[in-house]
Amino acid sequence: MKYVDEFRDPVLTGHLLRELAATTAAIARPLRIMEVCGTHTMAIFRSGLRALLPPEIELISGPGCPICVTSAGHIDTFLHMADLPGTRLAVFGDLFRVPGSNGRTLADARARGAKIDVVYSPTDALELARQNPDELMIFPGIGFETTTPAIAATILTASHQNIDNFVVFSTHKTMLPPLMALLGDPSLGLDGLLCPGHVSTIIGASAYLPLTGANHLACVVSGFEPTDILQALILMARQIKENRAEVENAYTRAVNWEGNARAKAMVDTIFEPADMEWRGLGVIPGSGLAIKERFARFDAQPRLSLVVPNTKEPAGCLCGQILKGITTPPHCPLFGRRCTPAGPIGPCMVSSEGTCSAWFAYGNESRGTQDS
Amino acid sequence: MLMDLTQKLPKTILLDHGSGGLASQELISNLFIRHLDNKILSAMEDSAVIDNQPGRIAFTTDSYVVDPIFFPGGDIGTLAVHGTINDLAMRGARPIGLSLGLILEEGLPLDDLERIILSIRDATLASGVPILTGDTKVVPRGKADKIFINTSGIGLVAEDVNITSLNARAGDKIILSGSMGDHGITIMTRRAGIALDGNLRSDSMALHTLVQKLLTGLPAGTVHTLRDPTRGGVATTLCEIANSCGLHIEIEEDRIPVRAEVRAACEILGLDPLYLANEGKCLAMVAPEYADQALALFHSCPEGAEAAIIGTLSSGSNDIKTSLSGASRRVTLKTTIGGTRVITPLHGAPLPRIC
Repeated sequence: MKYVDEFRDPVLTGHLLRELAATTAAIARPLRIMEVCGTHTMAIFRSGLRALLPPEIELISGPGCPICVTSAGHIDTFLHMADLPGTRLAVFGDLFRVPGSNGRTLADARARGAKIDVVYSPTDALELARQNPDELMIFPGIGFETTTPAIAATILTASHQNIDNFVVFSTHKTMLPPLMALLGDPSLGLDGLLCPGHVSTIIGASAYLPLTGANHLACVVSGFEPTDILQALILMARQIKENRAEVENAYTRAVNWEGNARAKAMVDTIFEPADMEWRGLGVIPGSGLAIKERFARFDAQPRLSLVVPNTKEPAGCLCGQILKGITTPPHCPLFGRRCTPAGPIGPCMVSSEGTCSAWFAYGNESRGTQDS
Repeated sequence: MLMDLTQKLPKTILLDHGSGGLASQELISNLFIRHLDNKILSAMEDSAVIDNQPGRIAFTTDSYVVDPIFFPGGDIGTLAVHGTINDLAMRGARPIGLSLGLILEEGLPLDDLERIILSIRDATLASGVPILTGDTKVVPRGKADKIFINTSGIGLVAEDVNITSLNARAGDKIILSGSMGDHGITIMTRRAGIALDGNLRSDSMALHTLVQKLLTGLPAGTVHTLRDPTRGGVATTLCEIANSCGLHIEIEEDRIPVRAEVRAACEILGLDPLYLANEGKCLAMVAPEYADQALALFHSCPEGAEAAIIGTLSSGSNDIKTSLSGASRRVTLKTTIGGTRVITPLHGAPLPRIC
């Protein structure tokens, strides 16, 4: 397949792996690198790349899986909204099986009669609102800068077309504030950040500049194919070797320096910064996006007078520490025993891009060499 | 202005059609018997009596509730015929007849029902496997989704044929009869109303002719296992085989046929074709010395024209590591770039990612 196969070329991968190994060998110490994005976590496991990387590279998963960082209180609120009379929920597929604080999921709610549709796009939710004028269609807004513009565009459409039975419950988050908060912790001992490719298409590579100064981190924006990731890791290893801390862009076919001005403007029209609760990380000031007063009729929170409950994490669940990069899934007492993809307890096991789900599915492969 | 009295309302299924009374008789005669006619079915007895035939009997049943009921490459009727034929074929049986149980929702357009019955007729004629007995029930609107179908099938297994997952042996080559994921991605994109360009079609197809050709073309006992990777896809089926026979399976990503449009749709939706359903494909575990001959037999049939050897079974006790979760890791995939990853069974329905 064009534009995919070229980036999975085994010969090119072999060259890049050797180049990376030579650079990391010259540094001669472990390199702690955080891959921020859940899609990177999955791509590195799925392509088999993890098993081929030089032994010096230690990859730590970051807080970039949107389902995983959704607080239990927010999930409980979604469940509450699904149970209200006259409502209908449209959700992204991976939200469907995430348990709230008492273990209940939207899948359970639907089985008991709640009206919940799985959609691929917020515009599908708006279409469902049109088709069901007697019901209030609620769309739980989930995700980072990648998904937010589509939600903003849908709210704008609803506003232009005067559709009154469509509301969004925004738990939208921005990527930089949690990174700033996390990376301020020196005990993490990070050398570099593999910056999320999809988010960067919107915010631009320049967004990571604050991290290079204050935290002296090598930041490289990466795509999701094996050669993309290897190219980014080589650039990062060179920075570390030369004691540089810069932003470099290894995903130029999708990401530019400034980002997508039109998408950012659309988000600014609808949303404004707000404090947001992150699962495992607590409330991070200014890390969320709330719907502006002007569009309050599309905001589920005031329209339904919702109060998000304070909830506790499931006993024993280490998702919070895993999301911070402090520990890895095998250290969690629930991992693989009481918490599995078939019966998840923590959110990192639910989403296919969650760190625990990836570790469960693909295990901790021993490092090897490319043999083709 | 006079009403146009000649304009008929579209005919739909009514509860009366399942009453067992006159309306039922009309439906049976005017639709089912008319299209599915054969000596045993048309006798309309309480059960079909089939003449004694040599061999062991294979017996299987499956229910079909697919939504949408019509999709590119087939419909719920073709699936109901092909799926049950394939389940018989996967034990090496020669199918001799099917039952057809219909559960219809009140209000189902008669035209839709007729279209499905015609598909069933075409599939039974093409496969040579007749409907020998049937039943119809109608349930009130909302108690079923348009139409549910159950088919059971019986087949005969020759004395020297013994095909089961337990028979897979170390060294066996794994042949996949063609491209994977076509049915699953077609249904998922249709269900979600995602308009993707390209020619996505279900692979719904009967495989018994291919299987008989394979079994007669190779020495007895050289085809050890046959499985059709339906729900859960190739990945889940291979995990089941590995668990049954206690062996290690390694497959190679590069060798697994996947159509370009299926791969593209999977990339867009964040799905893995290894976990998508197939309705006209089989996996065969064949003794290694006959693998090339088997592959040539696959290639000689239209059902297996794109068949490929995708992997190998091994005793590989050293390769079977225990995963962090304590589960055995018997199936591994060698990736395009030369890495290795573990293949686990499907957990829950495949879901598209959001970011």
